[in-house]
Amino acid sequence: MEIFIQQIINGLTTGSVYALVALGYTMVYGVIQLINFAHGEVVMIGAMVAFSVITALAGTAAPLPPAAILLAGVAAAIPACMAIGYLLERIAYRPLRHAPRLAPLITAIGMSIILQHLALLVWSRNPMAFPQIVDNPVFTIGGAAITGVQIAIILLSVVLMAALTWFVYRTRFGIAIRATAENVHVASLMGVDANRVIAATFVIAAALAAVAGVMVGTYYGITHYTMGFMLGLKAFSAAVLGGIGNLAGAMLGGILLGLVEALGAGYIGDLTDICKWPLMKEAVAERCAADGHLILMGSNYQDVFAFLVLIAVLVFRPSGLLGERVSERA
Amino acid sequence: MKFRDKQPALYWCGVALVAIALIALPLVLTMVGTAWVRITNLAILFIFLALGLNIVVGFAGLLDLGYIAFYAVGAYVYALLASPHFGLHLPFWVILPIGAFFACVAGALLGAPTLRLRGDYLAIVTLGFGEIVRILINNLSSPFNITNGPKGITRIDPFQIGNLEFYNSDTWLGILFTGPAKYYYILLLILLAVIAINLRLQKSRIGRAWVAIREDEIAAKACGINTRNVKLLAFAMGASFGGIAGGMFSAIQGFVSPESFILHESIMVLSMVVLGGMGNVWGVIAGALLLSFVPELLRYTVEPAQQALFGQMLVDPEVLRMLIFGAALVLTMRFRPAGLWPESRHRQEFAGGATHE
Repeated sequence: MEIFIQQIINGLTTGSVYALVALGYTMVYGVIQLINFAHGEVVMIGAMVAFSVITALAGTAAPLPPAAILLAGVAAAIPACMAIGYLLERIAYRPLRHAPRLAPLITAIGMSIILQHLALLVWSRNPMAFPQIVDNPVFTIGGAAITGVQIAIILLSVVLMAALTWFVYRTRFGIAIRATAENVHVASLMGVDANRVIAATFVIAAALAAVAGVMVGTYYGITHYTMGFMLGLKAFSAAVLGGIGNLAGAMLGGILLGLVEALGAGYIGDLTDICKWPLMKEAVAERCAADGHLILMGSNYQDVFAFLVLIAVLVFRPSGLLGERVSERA
Repeated sequence: MKFRDKQPALYWCGVALVAIALIALPLVLTMVGTAWVRITNLAILFIFLALGLNIVVGFAGLLDLGYIAFYAVGAYVYALLASPHFGLHLPFWVILPIGAFFACVAGALLGAPTLRLRGDYLAIVTLGFGEIVRILINNLSSPFNITNGPKGITRIDPFQIGNLEFYNSDTWLGILFTGPAKYYYILLLILLAVIAINLRLQKSRIGRAWVAIREDEIAAKACGINTRNVKLLAFAMGASFGGIAGGMFSAIQGFVSPESFILHESIMVLSMVVLGGMGNVWGVIAGALLLSFVPELLRYTVEPAQQALFGQMLVDPEVLRMLIFGAALVLTMRFRPAGLWPESRHRQEFAGGATHE
């Protein structure tokens, strides 16, 4: 039972990060019906910028209080990522808005490679230890541990999601975004500057990605120039799971995917332990004798779950859990 | 009227010259250094891959970002069936078709659930598929050691036909043929066959069906094309080309590990197809040659150039190569969206600004 609660806590934490990144995918998809392929790299840049700022500030003779340093890291990462989000839209998407669908996808892949390798040049080829400056108290719930960082990540994600929902549903600009998502031509006729809305969507998505990047860095304590790739893929799976184009869907999908992954990683070892399968027990008794386990798939298969979820959703419910739109608009 | 019919003598002279050049190439390169023959062999393998991916991306218009997975399947099938790892040593002409078959099955497995998806979804799912295959190869070493994990499989058998061994040097008619040079000839033969298959395929009933699907799937369906089967066929066929290339890669290198099948390789093959001209066999070949040799040239020029200019290495050639690939993808799509040597139909489509909505 402790394992179960522990994996739920871990799942909620990673799930909140996925949700923030998934929101970026889903918002951009909403307005231009295209996947922002380089979104994962924006998360990575966010983590990297925060890493540099935090390392620099923490290394001074009279360092600021840890919370202020962390805030400074986030404050630096957000504008940096917003700039990159804007550039992405201007370079990879806007010039190709009327090209065949494949074209912007390929430019975005190109941008993603460029961002990755620029990060490699600027920072490092090796994983870098994210400075752990804030105290990380450990609390216990029902025998499972939850750290201060995990609580902070979950709370901050909830606040950000609430703020985003308010922005999209309650402000003038939010209405413009929703109008563009509904129908870009009609929105233009109503006086909405579609280019501005699309660029703003990329920028907002990038700001969320920046925060997510800092969260990942603090949580795992490590940054690497390739970290955006897997994270981006998973967040995209989360967005699809929830129903791409749907804000609530991205949040739900993110949390669910985090839970599936954590529980999967927590239990797959036990489930695929052949020594516990009644039918197989006899056949492999010899090898079970050694230490009583013969595990087919351990937690090193964790990364596979996101894809299995993605494929399953696409096969059985392409519009996602909350999506109304049919994903297949030829 | 075709040039062949207008000037038959000139045409056949040209063909003969090209043939002589292709036959003499490894002998000349051997004088420069055997490394260049190896590079040429790898370039030919990349042509195979690019042509296989071209079937999926160029002909049928399905963006596949996990293509290297099929290469991996082919490579590992060869490695497992012809190495001391399992103690099996089957001859290569038996294994290559088996590898192609397994890759084909993998292609169909990937294709079946994703057929209903539109371009960008498909791209992500194939990307995920590529990762799954890599993760599997990396982890299928315990509890039963199938792939030997990250360590990879070593001492893979080279090609052998009767007494003709492909890994050592031989002297025939006073000319030295090194191992890579011998591989070059067999690769060249297979390459010619593959090119012929691709050219015929493009003009065939299936090839035209692929193009129809690429241009407008609903219209294609209305014309009586069984889009599901035809798309599945594109996946399976592209995959089996990848599987064959993978098997040959295994034999030539004598060693495979999951390192060789990362996403970057998929992107590299995609860059070749996109840069060369999606759908145009000759364009894709040119793209593959360009992107195979340019990085090698970079390797030999970037380092001395940087040493001379800055006195130190600032940019690793490997990183520069990836930066160039990225920039090439962006710039090609923006300024020559149909590639450097576009297929005529693609050229019309991109020039006309046709949108797929």
